[in-house]
Amino acid sequence: MRIQTPLARVRYLGSAKEGGDHWWWQRLTAILLVPLTLWFVASIWWIVVSGASHHMFQDWLSGPVAAILMLLFVGALFYHLKLGLQVVIEDYVHYKPLKWTLLIGLNLGCLIGAVAALYSTVAVAFGG
Amino acid sequence: MAKFKLPKNSRIKKGRHHAAPGGASAKTRRFKIYRYDPDSGDNPRTDTYEVNTEDCGQMVLDALIKIKDETDSSLTFRRSCREGICGSCAMNIDGTNTLACTKPIDEIPGEVRIYPLPHMPVVKDLVPDMNNFYAQYTSVEPWLKTDSPPPANSERLQAPADRAKLDGLYECILCACCSTSCPSYWWNGDRYLGPAILLQAYRWLIDSRDEATGERLDDLEDPFRLYRCHTIMNCTRTCPKSLNPAKAIGAIKKMMVARR
Repeated sequence: MRIQTPLARVRYLGSAKEGGDHWWWQRLTAILLVPLTLWFVASIWWIVVSGASHHMFQDWLSGPVAAILMLLFVGALFYHLKLGLQVVIEDYVHYKPLKWTLLIGLNLGCLIGAVAALYSTVAVAFGG
Repeated sequence: MAKFKLPKNSRIKKGRHHAAPGGASAKTRRFKIYRYDPDSGDNPRTDTYEVNTEDCGQMVLDALIKIKDETDSSLTFRRSCREGICGSCAMNIDGTNTLACTKPIDEIPGEVRIYPLPHMPVVKDLVPDMNNFYAQYTSVEPWLKTDSPPPANSERLQAPADRAKLDGLYECILCACCSTSCPSYWWNGDRYLGPAILLQAYRWLIDSRDEATGERLDDLEDPFRLYRCHTIMNCTRTCPKSLNPAKAIGAIKKMMVARR
């Protein structure tokens, strides 16, 4: 046990001087995701119902509106996912080795997922 | 990780039953009270006390004092002003954190269950260890900080409209009912300042006479100190003084955005 005053324990390592950006972007991505998610679900539903072929889907996705919205959706989704799950881990995981393993996994996982999804969108829209 | 079961030595056992002195009557109420004595080495238990409310004051604190006087002098709790201004008798009554001295017994149906403030280390019975809470209060430096000297032959002036901004903040008595009702404070009370301390911090942030607003915000801008608040609102629901700590925390978050 460390002998420390309660004040020393409370001051700990000092203020991280961050958290404002996290809070701001979590809300901005949430606002952005409301219309984007509706658009995404409606589009997928329409594609499934209309029985569109891969070629038709490609045609649709290569249009500027669909391509831009899809890239925005994927980017905002993975960023929002990272911001949200980070809070859950910080709230509930107190065993430090597990906490840092999860945080590193979350950050890298979301980065890899986002890059893969963005690449796929571009590849399908403009490639084969 | 969050634990779903209390550690073995914290599990609450069934305690003793104390009949009302002088026998039961139509106005006898049962009080089920958490008991823990660190010197005995025993687990905590809940004792049941019968209290004749006919010759007892109307508040829960009156019943506790009556029990201590007449039935069991070992029952330990904090109390002082008995009128809701000192914050000493904050405890969990009928599932809600409140002040025993301002909670009427009549408002509680059936058995009156009384526990210490949740998720605090227990010193004895209904007395929690408040050291961390008070150190957190110290850490926000709750005093007026200025570089300018006060005006000659005058106090530091404040416009009535600016003074009005302190209403709803200065009334906080630091009883810790709100902080100990907050799940974020339960899980991260070592680093999250909690609603009571953040409301107090806001009281100094919004004070027009204070000249250290920026430094105060610097000290608060932290994923744990401030941003553990997830707007759960238990604080506002439970406050025995009807204050709104959640609103104060929201206002601090707005200040963080305003200075970007």
